Amino acid sequence: MPATERPLSPHIQIYRPQITSGLSIFHRITGVALTLGTLLLTWWLVSAAYGPEAFATAQAFLGSLIGQLVLWGFTFAVFYHLANGVRHLLWDFGWGFELEQLRFSGIVMLAFAAVATLVTLIAGYALAGGQ
Amino acid sequence: MELRSSLGRARGLGSAKEGISHWWAQRVTAIALVPLAIWFVLAAISLLGADYATFAAWIGTFGNALLMALLVIVLFYHAHLGMQVVIEDYVSGHAALITTLLIVRFALFALAVSCLLAIILVALKG
Repeated sequence: MPATERPLSPHIQIYRPQITSGLSIFHRITGVALTLGTLLLTWWLVSAAYGPEAFATAQAFLGSLIGQLVLWGFTFAVFYHLANGVRHLLWDFGWGFELEQLRFSGIVMLAFAAVATLVTLIAGYALAGGQ
Repeated sequence: MELRSSLGRARGLGSAKEGISHWWAQRVTAIALVPLAIWFVLAAISLLGADYATFAAWIGTFGNALLMALLVIVLFYHAHLGMQVVIEDYVSGHAALITTLLIVRFALFALAVSCLLAIILVALKG
């Protein structure tokens, strides 16, 4: 088959980082991370099915320093993927494709994800009450 | 003159003749996950540090068990659709691609059923 000169996708190594492409790849990264997070969700639910002791072990892990860090990360990943997902849905309606709108919605989405994560953490620590 | 709309032409097309069904299913599950995910975050906050009895009583409520089951079904379906796209983009070679797709599909299906069974078992006890 003869090699034809087709236009190529931009080579990522020499492509200037932009908020649009950065947010886009982070959507995938959070999606894959959240898929891996389903392992934690499954462990949590299945441990309860095994009984009080197994559930206590799972809850103790989630309450440990590492567990808390993991939960913070997943909280942000959930809100990021959710907000950027809504952004995708708006694009599906044909809204917001201008470059300025893309940057603006990106910043709004990031701000939402950050604030929602913070509010969740504050609520979590307030309710868990020094545990 | 073309009388069909772009969407009409896309339906049933594509290499697997599935047209927009994958794309559409991803959107449907995404929309369903917006309220479900927000509900789950709130529920998870209320269950931080909870002991087994508290958790069993919580999931023993019909509404909580229902929303949890809905979340699990939609979440794993959405995760599968998303992972499929990512895998198709980054795994090259037919054998490797099919193998990876199958492993991820089996794993996610097994995880989803595990979650559902666990919800039912604990809900019945609670």
